Order: sequence, then structure tokens, then C-alpha cells
Amino acid sequence: MNVQAGTPIVEMRSVGKAFAKPSGEPIPVLVDINLALHEGEIVGLLGRSGSGKSTLLRIAGGLIQPTSGAVFYRGQPLTAPAAGIAIVFQSFALFPWLTVLENVEVGLDALGLAPAEARRRAMAAIDLIGLDGFQTAYPRELSGGMRQRVGFARATVIEPVLLLMDEPFSALDVLTAETLRSDFIDLWIQRQLPTKSVLLVTHNIEEAVLMCDRIFVLSTNPGRLAAEVPVLLPHPRDRGDAEFRGIVDELYATLTSRMTEAIGAQGKIHGGLVQPLPAVSANRIAGFIETLVARPYEGRADLATIATALDLDVKDLFQVAEALHIMELAELSGGSIKLTAAGRVFAQSGTDDRKRLFGEHLLHFVPLVAHIRRVLLERANHLAPSVRFESELEDHLSSSDAEQTLRAVIGWGRYAELFTYDATTRAFSIP
Amino acid sequence: MEHHAEVLLGEVWNQRIPSWRDAVAVVLLLAIIMLLGSGARQMVQPFTLSQPSAITLAPAALPYYALRTTMRMLAALVASLLFTLTYATCAAKSRRAEMILIPLLDVLQSVPVLGYLSFTVVFFVALVPGNVLGPELAAIFAIFTSQAWNMAFSFYQSLRTIPTELDEASRSFRFSGWQRFWRLEVPFAMPGLVWNMMMSMSGGWFFVVASEAIAVGSINIALPGVGSYVALAIQQRNLAAVGWAILAMTVTILLYDQLLFRPLVAWADKFRYEMTAAPIVPRSWVLDLFRRAALIQSLSAPLGQTLRGMVRARLTVPRPRWPAALTPPQRAADLIWWGILLAALGGLGRTLARFAEPEISWGDVGVAVADGGLTLLRVIILIVLATLIWVPIGVGVGLRPKLAEKVQPVAQFLAAFPANLLFPVVVYLIVRFALDPKIWLSPLMILGTQWYILFNVIAGASAFPNDFREAATCFRIKGWRWWREVILPGIFPYYVTGAITASGGAWNASIVAEAVSWGPTRLDGSGLGAYIARMTAAGDYPRIALGVAVMSVMVVGMNRALWRPLYALAERRTRLA
Repeated sequence: MNVQAGTPIVEMRSVGKAFAKPSGEPIPVLVDINLALHEGEIVGLLGRSGSGKSTLLRIAGGLIQPTSGAVFYRGQPLTAPAAGIAIVFQSFALFPWLTVLENVEVGLDALGLAPAEARRRAMAAIDLIGLDGFQTAYPRELSGGMRQRVGFARATVIEPVLLLMDEPFSALDVLTAETLRSDFIDLWIQRQLPTKSVLLVTHNIEEAVLMCDRIFVLSTNPGRLAAEVPVLLPHPRDRGDAEFRGIVDELYATLTSRMTEAIGAQGKIHGGLVQPLPAVSANRIAGFIETLVARPYEGRADLATIATALDLDVKDLFQVAEALHIMELAELSGGSIKLTAAGRVFAQSGTDDRKRLFGEHLLHFVPLVAHIRRVLLERANHLAPSVRFESELEDHLSSSDAEQTLRAVIGWGRYAELFTYDATTRAFSIP
Repeated sequence: MEHHAEVLLGEVWNQRIPSWRDAVAVVLLLAIIMLLGSGARQMVQPFTLSQPSAITLAPAALPYYALRTTMRMLAALVASLLFTLTYATCAAKSRRAEMILIPLLDVLQSVPVLGYLSFTVVFFVALVPGNVLGPELAAIFAIFTSQAWNMAFSFYQSLRTIPTELDEASRSFRFSGWQRFWRLEVPFAMPGLVWNMMMSMSGGWFFVVASEAIAVGSINIALPGVGSYVALAIQQRNLAAVGWAILAMTVTILLYDQLLFRPLVAWADKFRYEMTAAPIVPRSWVLDLFRRAALIQSLSAPLGQTLRGMVRARLTVPRPRWPAALTPPQRAADLIWWGILLAALGGLGRTLARFAEPEISWGDVGVAVADGGLTLLRVIILIVLATLIWVPIGVGVGLRPKLAEKVQPVAQFLAAFPANLLFPVVVYLIVRFALDPKIWLSPLMILGTQWYILFNVIAGASAFPNDFREAATCFRIKGWRWWREVILPGIFPYYVTGAITASGGAWNASIVAEAVSWGPTRLDGSGLGAYIARMTAAGDYPRIALGVAVMSVMVVGMNRALWRPLYALAERRTRLA
């Protein structure tokens, strides 16, 4: 689609969002976001979990107010949900007590239409999205794919100018997601939708390349627009196409370089004590190393290739990769992952040696683990409440990041037998 | 309400031709309307306090009495619903209102229901002088106090836990406050509300029976109803009449369940938030009948459409906006608010002190507390006894699905049955065999509420995962170890829920259970319940208030010190994720 000039549909100027800590100190989630959506384009927001991309979408929808900067919808400041903006939710967000037809009509309630007119428009939307025959069904009778179709019908029935999609396909299985995506793209390129512009939030790189005209990559902690990648391929796009693969690889490379940069930068703050860690189980790490060391990878793989081969969710893949990179069991660079010498030794060791190696790397490369271990050793009873470390983390991380980091540390420390954790007393100890 | 509309509108496959279903449905509908109408007319009859309406012990009068009793239940239910929708909504929407309303609800909940009655009856009689409506309102209020609080709590909890996604969807579709209330909040809260309504109803029968024959000091009222019938039977030592009353009540509760609650539960199933289909879909023949009756459907369609239209209307209320310059900063506003609250509290406290000072000495407080101790001891012993009896039986039943299916409705019925109708039978036995009332009156307190333990334990044992049972069998865990390590932890959360209800019910029942009579014979088991009952008979308001206050404090204390920690423990320990 051609990008047209003129007033943008939505424009963000130096938008920032920070959430207040219990201590009152703000934790920035989004920093200095400048972006504009123009008529006729689908724009993708790509980022790992915790990059604030869903927050950004909600700011565009007027559901959340930014703490700094300003948002304009068709040139007017946006301070509340506006007519002409609709959202498709990851979890569908259907009302379970309303039928399909009533769920679609819900979108029209705010417009105050006559019942007959509302019914006519709802039926038209149901027809367009391929829900005919399901009008009287309740959402719980439908499959995930049909539910999201209701989500689409409910959003398009109000004839939105701007359609916001928050990971709309990520709760669906691979095949269903593919059908829904291509159905949507068909409607879009045939201009059957009154929608002028679409903002798509996703962590699925191929999905972004399949659907979007421009893709923004968000970095994490705090979220910034790190790169903008245009996709000029005509629809329908072919995943096997060399140019398509090229863009996918480029995006993988961008995301991994952002990640390694972030890990490096966080390692410098407070001696790396408040580095957010991905909650990946030790079992998963071990399994990934074993896969990587075996054929056909033999210690080195492109993330894009391995994601497709293992049918791994990109979010999960990045979490394992991040954990491996932090512990220096593998190294990320330019969209590929390579086992380090230690990683290879790990793969060939028995259980006890693996635990020892894992523990050594934890103490070396995860300052928080070393810190907990040190505190426990210093104390006569070798006991420390987790609150002690939680509060340190929560001063610098969002509460969900802090919780996830603590969960990761507990799991890894237990596996390496560096310390144990009692969930009832919420305390770390060394037996 | 909105969703009746949807039921009445029905499914599209309805044939619009009258059928046999219509005939049955019309007869059922007309009968209910006529009965309720005649009952309502009776409620506003002129009435003089000196001449209580004559109650007859003829069994033929019982259907009419049962109708009057049912009317009171319905009226109280409607009042409770109105209260719930307003009170809980205020508490959930305004942070400042929440500061008073929620703690207040907590206190209101722990005041013994019959304690309210002594105070309010005078007020209501004075409110509508010379009309039976006054005492009727007092009785209705008593039932209201037995069900409104937990319904309001449930609704408030639901409003506070609206899922983020639905909240965001409603906001992005720009629902007005009115639309949001009926489209999102009420439906989301519905399953919890219906469940709590059912639980309160079970308790409600107890209080409706207790509040029909009211004697506070010189005021002596016998409202036509099953409760008054039994009171008269007790006065005349007529055991056969007691039997008839028990029969009438049984039929009434069964009808109520079939005609009101089954349909309600079956209908409310669609409001479950879970996206999965329920393993067992609750069904009701009454609801099915009305849903399939074509004539009823087409006649009620316009009504349904109107209701639906009302719910979908935007109805925005223009909010007066303070100029920003005049709005005090939040901190300051909070301070002012707290100031007003403290002043009001202080004023109330002083008034109370002035009211109590000349009447009540520390000696009185000592007596009430000592009596309270005795009742507390009874409650604890009874709960322990009921646990020892019903937990093994409940587990035994619950692990046999076929048996559980048969026993569960019976246990639920027994929990709903007003145990005070059975009191005369027990009292007769005590008098007959000259037993010590201090010991033998005690079981009456838990007669009605022990069933909550039974049916919760059955529910827990039925829900116990089969994998765990098989694992236990596989590892040959048997005998006491099986109880301690397998089944008791498994049913613990269910047991705690049941025991909380049973204990609360026992406190409430103590007022009618610790002091009973059989004809001219009066049995006093002493204890706080007997204390309140004595003071009520004497019309000694300051001491009624003292007794009620002591009981509230003890109930709150027991909840905080025992049940809440147990409940928290149950929640923590039995979750896997």
C-alpha cells in the first residue's frame, strides 16, 4: 500500500510512560517514543515480552495516559478512548454471557444506533468475517479461531479508522492463526474494511513480516524504538521467498543485538544485581543445549531456523537464548546462537558435573545469585528472607520483572544446589 | 433486570405455535401471580397491637401460612438485591465510600440476626402505625439482615476483580456507566451473587420462622405464618401440629427450590466467566418449560425487547465538574474526609455512652462476657463433635459418586430446613426424660448448620482428583496415614468453608436455642444466647444491646483468630501452581 502524506491517523510525540514504585520512584517502561501511523498502512510493533509494546498500543487506544509527551488522533489530542478506534485483544475479551451477535452489537452500543440499524450492521460484519450461522452461539461453544473472529467482527463493526491489534493470533494454534491472518490480509488488500490504518503488536517475527508495511523494533528496559524496518513486498507474501527470509533474518539480528546490548548495559548497573532475568527452567536450558550440540546444528544455529524447526514460540526462544547468553553457556550474535566451550562441556557431562558447571557459571555471571549465596554464608544460621532481595529488585524493576527474576534465581539456585528456598517461610537457606 | 429479557426472548428455533408447554406454563405463571397477589394484599391489613391476629392450629390453614412465610422471603430477597446493587457499587466505585462501607459491612455481618429484630420491631411498628405492614416489615428486615451482607460482599468482590481485558474492552467501546453496569459488572458478578443468594436463603428460612412470632417486652406479635403456627403449637403442647408444620415447611422449601432456585441457577450458568463448558450443566424443568413455550415466548418478546433497550441505552448523567482551581488536592480532601468521619464516630460514641451509662455497670458487662464464654465453649465443642461425625461420613459418601449424587441434595435440603421447627421435638424429649438443659439444649445450636460441614465435605471428596487416590493406592498408603496425608489435606479447603458457615450459624441459633419453652415449661441453658433472649422478653434494650455487642465481638474475634488464618492456610497449601 502506498503511504500517503497528510495528517497522520495517530501520532506520538516524545511519549513516555513510567509506573510508580511503592517507594514513589518511577520505573520507566517506555521512553521517548516518536511514531506516526498514516492512512493505508499496517505498522508492526515488534519486541520481546516486557518491552512495553502492549502499553504502547493501549496509549494509542486512549486506554492509558502517557506520563510524558502527547498523542494525537487525526490531529486532535487523545485523552480517552475515541470513536473510530477499535482494539482486537490477545485474549479475545469477549463477554461470555452474550451470544456472538450480541457481542458484535456491543461495539455499537456506544453509538446509540436504532436497534434495527445496529442489527443490520452487526449481521453485515458477521457475514464479512465469516461467522454466518454462529450468531446465536455463546463464545464458550466456539473454538479459539472462531472466538477471535468474533473479536474481529466486534472491532470492525464500528467501522474504525484505526484498528489496534494486540497479539491477536498468539493465543491460537499455528494453523488457525495462519488462516485468520490470510483472511484478514485478503479483506485489507481488497479494501473491504473501512479501516484506514492498523497497528499490530506482536512478538512473532514472521507474522510481522507477513502482515506489515513497516515494522518498529522495541528494545527492552525501558522500551524505546530501536529500529524501523520497511517491508515493501507485495501481498500475498511468501515465507520461502529470499527477500522475505532476508527481512526475517535482519529482524532476528536486530532483536538479538538489542538483547546483548541490554544485557551488557544492565550488567554495569549496581554490579548487575538488578539485572532482569528470564524465568526459564534449568531443564529447558539443558534441553536446548542438547539440541544445539547435536546434528544438524553442531553447536551453532540461526535463531530463525531453530525457531521454525523446533516450532518454538519466539518469546520462549528468546528467553532461553537470553539465559544462555547471560550465563555464557552460549553466545548470541547477528541473529545466531553459538555454544561456548563451557556449553559444549555441559552437554557432554553427567548430572552432577552439569550441576557443578551450572553453579560455577551462575556464581560468575549472575551477580544476584552470588549475592544471595554470600549473604547466606555470612549469616550464622545460613538463612535469609526473600523480602530482603525482593525489595532491592523492586527498587529498580517493575514488580512483574522483579518477581520473574526471583523465580528464575530460585529455580537455577535449586538446580545447582547453591541454596534452597522454602515457599512457606519465603526464605533462602543453605542446608 | 436485563437478562430475563434474554431468557424470555429465547432461541430462534422456537416455533411460534402454542403447545402443551404453553398450557402448563400459563397455568404455572397465573397460579404464582395469583398467590403472590393475595399474599401481598394480606400484608397491608389494618392491625392493632393489643389484638394479635388469631392463629389456628388447623392443618388446613398451613398452606396459607406457608404462602405468607414465602412472601416474606421473597420481599426480603428483593430488598437484599436492591441493597446489594447500590451499597456494593458505591463501595467499589468510590475510594472514600469504601473506607466506611466495607468495615461497616464486616461489623454488620457479625451481629446476630435476631439481635437486630429486638431493636427494629419497635421502629417498624411505629413507622406504619395500626397496620400489619409494620411488623411485616420488621420480619422482612430480619430476613434481609440474614442475607444482604454476604450478597453485598460477593458483589463488591466481583466488581473489584473484573478481568482487565473485559474492562479494557468496555472502555475502548466507550460504554456509559449505565451500560457498563448492566453489560459487564452485573453479569460478571451474577454466579457469585446467585450462589450467595442460595446460601443466604438456606439461613433465611430459619430467621423467617424465628421472626414471625415476636415478643419484645410488651409488644407481642404473631404474624400469620409457619413460625407463628409452631409458636402456638409449642404454647399448646401440640406435638402433632409441630409435625404438620414440619411437613408444610418441607413442601414449601422443595417448591421454592424447584420454582425459583433451580431455574435461577440454570439460567445463571451462562454468566460463568470460564470459557470452557461446564462438566455438568445445571438444568431446570421450569426454565426449559418457559423457554420452549412458544406462546409465552412471543407474548413476552416485547417486554424483553424493552428491557434490553433500557439496558443498552447510554443514559449518561452529566457530572458536575468542579473548576480545577476549586478542587482541593487529594491529600487535603482525604484529610477533611477523615476529619468528618472521626467527628461522626466520636459523636456516636458519646451518644452511646450516654445511653448506656445510667443503665449498664461493669458488672453487667462481666455477666455478658461470662455468658459469652459459655456459648463460645459450646460452639467449639459442637463444631469439634460435628467434625468428628460428619467428616468421615462425608468422605465416605463423596468418594462414591453414585451415593453422593443421592445424598448431596438431601444434605442441602437439611441445611436449608429451619431447624427451629424441630426444636419442640427435642425439647419435648428433654422435658419427658428430665435431662439437664445446660447440656442437652446445646445440640440445638448446630442442629441446622452441621449440614454445611457435611455437604461441603461431600463436595470436597467428590472433587478429589482420581489420580491422587490411585497414587495413594499404588503406594499402599492406608489407615490413619491415608486420612492424614491424602484425604484430609484434599478436603481441607472445603471443610473450612463448611465449618465457617456452621460456626456462624451456631452463634446465630444460640439466641433461640439456649432458651426454649414447651407449654408453660421454660428451659434455660444459660449462655449469651439465653441472656439476649431473656433481655428481649423483658424489653431491656440497653442489655439487649450489650449482649448483641458482646456476641458480635466474639464472632469477629473467632473469625479473625481462627477461621481466617485457617482459610488462608487452606488456600496456600492446596494450590499446585
